[in-house]
Amino acid sequence: MSNTGRTAADVMIDIIHQQGVDYIFGLPGGAAIPMFDALVQSPIELVLTRHEQGAAHMADGYARASGKPGVVLVTSGPGATNTITGLLTAHMDSVPIVVICGQQTTGNLGLDTFQEADISGITFPLVKHSYLVKNPQDLPRITKEAFHIASTGRPGPVIIDLPKDVSSTIIDDDIDTSFTIPGYINDPEPNPEDIAQAAAMISRSTKPVLMLGHGAIISGAQKEIAEIVEKMQIPVVNTLLGKGIFPETHELNLGMPGMHGTAYANKALINADLIISVGARWDDRIAGNPDKFCPDALKIHIDIDPAEINKSIQVDCAIIGDARKVLDKMYSLLKPADTEKWLRQVARWKRDYPLKYKKEGKLKAQHVIEEMAQLAGPDAIITTDVGQHQMWAAQFCLTEKPNQWISSGGAGTMGFGFPSAIGAQLAHKDKTVVTVVGDGGFQMTLCELATAFNLKLPIKILLINNNYLGMVRQWQSMFYENRLSGVDLVGNPDFVRLASAYGCKGFRLKRSADVKKVLTAAMEYNDGPCIIDAEVAQQDDVFPMVPAGATLDNMLLEPPKHKLEKPEGST
Amino acid sequence: MKNSQHTISLLVCNRPGALIRIALVFARRGFNIDSLVVSESKDPHYSRMNIVATGEAKTLQLMLNQLNKLIDVVHAKDYSDTDVIQKEIALIKVGCTDENRTSILQIADAFKCRNVDISDSTMTFQVTGKSSKIDAVRKMFEPYHVLEIVRTGKILMARGDEETA
Ligand SMILES: Cc1ncc(C[n+]2csc(CCOP(=O)(O)OP(=O)(O)O)c2C)c(N)n1
Ligand SMILES: [Mg+2]
Repeated sequence: MSNTGRTAADVMIDIIHQQGVDYIFGLPGGAAIPMFDALVQSPIELVLTRHEQGAAHMADGYARASGKPGVVLVTSGPGATNTITGLLTAHMDSVPIVVICGQQTTGNLGLDTFQEADISGITFPLVKHSYLVKNPQDLPRITKEAFHIASTGRPGPVIIDLPKDVSSTIIDDDIDTSFTIPGYINDPEPNPEDIAQAAAMISRSTKPVLMLGHGAIISGAQKEIAEIVEKMQIPVVNTLLGKGIFPETHELNLGMPGMHGTAYANKALINADLIISVGARWDDRIAGNPDKFCPDALKIHIDIDPAEINKSIQVDCAIIGDARKVLDKMYSLLKPADTEKWLRQVARWKRDYPLKYKKEGKLKAQHVIEEMAQLAGPDAIITTDVGQHQMWAAQFCLTEKPNQWISSGGAGTMGFGFPSAIGAQLAHKDKTVVTVVGDGGFQMTLCELATAFNLKLPIKILLINNNYLGMVRQWQSMFYENRLSGVDLVGNPDFVRLASAYGCKGFRLKRSADVKKVLTAAMEYNDGPCIIDAEVAQQDDVFPMVPAGATLDNMLLEPPKHKLEKPEGST
Repeated sequence: MKNSQHTISLLVCNRPGALIRIALVFARRGFNIDSLVVSESKDPHYSRMNIVATGEAKTLQLMLNQLNKLIDVVHAKDYSDTDVIQKEIALIKVGCTDENRTSILQIADAFKCRNVDISDSTMTFQVTGKSSKIDAVRKMFEPYHVLEIVRTGKILMARGDEETA
């Protein structure tokens, strides 16, 4: 045994650096000082955020954009609890983040000592795994394990709860860091019989739909998917988080299905004889009422997580394994079926039921978003917040490549958009990063303007300002006889002046005639973040819409003329 | 919704927090834990858990998948319909008088209960066997005065060469 006077924190930071990490997002406090002290000597750059929730979303955006785990470092108690929304967001969307929380000293645990929170206990349901480190000699191994678990298999958040006495102990620097995790299978070997069965089902189908989810992106299956689509001539739908795995500009791509999906994607699902999910978990925003979801279609589910199989939708064939490997093995077994008639039908739906909005009259969110996506180009990264603007962005920002669309799907976390854009921009300094946010959600994490300003990140914050918590207003207007309750954002700040208070640039956009001019000016501003305050029509609703818990054939293409039943079965 | 009772065996890493993670899966899927036995396995790095729980049969497989997904769980398996060695121990304290002492002892004898403590007014029996046998003994003692009962919970092991999951 030997030691060179280095603390467990020093050794941990070294190991984190060896994992390829170049940024840590966080905010210090007493219990985390040893870790922040270790960062002083480290090549890892600390991004000091203004709130720990922001740190968690930045790490999340960084991870989604780069494919590498994002790292968060916060203090005990309130510092740790402030990351909880970020943990839920990453957990729901299978994003690898490692959150290191300072903690009271081991002798003080359980005594309600200053800033003690049982963060491991609080977060059990929100993490893939967690560690409370009691023995400093374990920390190097645990750090490696944590990164391994977060980033392999179905990725997810891992927390390390790190008491201050543990992190500040001098440890040996030749500790064995090897580990085995007998209860963890990160790369299950797909069963060849399941693959053969699925291949036979696909080869027989004349009305198939390929449904691509986040799992397909995580596994890096774009090449395999493109080859299968080409060979088999199958129309594609992608989930909110699957955007980019197969170009949305491709004629066989029907975009997003589900609650606010395109009419043609939903019609294709309703009429399909076979739905093949690749890394998509039949989420209730797509399936609606799971008992009545496309009952006539056979269903295949490819997923690395066995716990997703038959969870919400009963399937006819399940393949457990990494999507890319499964599709690679399946390719040679596939024999093209006659899908020509089906493709013609799908093309007719695409022609007859396009997404539409009017550019005339009041400024439309869709118009601003569509124009922005076009100016930003196919290499830009677009992140979103949650609400109406998110759904319009999903509809009108056609994504061509993986990891260029970043949005909180499973958790639907308001406040995610802007900080996730900071993480994405740090991962790709050379790319254009746009974040589409609402006036409600932006205010939940706008303090990070200071963070983005310090880093001079040229993020375009496209603020779809309808002065409402618009998505909730839409539900109240459609299902609650327009009894508006708690949705009017009266008292909103002047966002352009707010931008300048933070040293950022602000652009006002009020008239549809100015869309191109203002957005072009914003695209050309690269000295730091800018806000485009787009004052859009206040009462616009997102269509198509399938009421929550209903079947896809209940899709509304335009505002209903009659009163609607309150949604049941899902929120 | 039809609830039924299930016997689940788990092999888990012997780490703090493992039990809570497992219990949370049961709770979230609406399963009530009827009994729970945790003990060190042959290898002290691992523990065995035998859990009897009541919940919806159709959720059982989903819950097992979620248990198996936990990093600390090496495997979790349902043994409800499998022929395995199953045992449970109970201590039953029965209040008695001079008049009924003999008939209580007769019942105890019929079920091969061991008399582990005796006083003027009580007798305490140890019953070993399948959980259903313990239920039966308890029922037989019911007309008398059952003062206390405590059960270890069901433990199980695969028969013959087969290794328990
Ligand atoms: C943290 C959080 N709180 C509440 C909600 C519920 N919610 C979903 S959308 C929405 C409205 C969002 O308003 P805004 O950010 O202005 O976007 P808009 O819908 O107007 O485009 C709300 C309140 C949520 N998703 N997240
Ligand atoms: Mg709004």
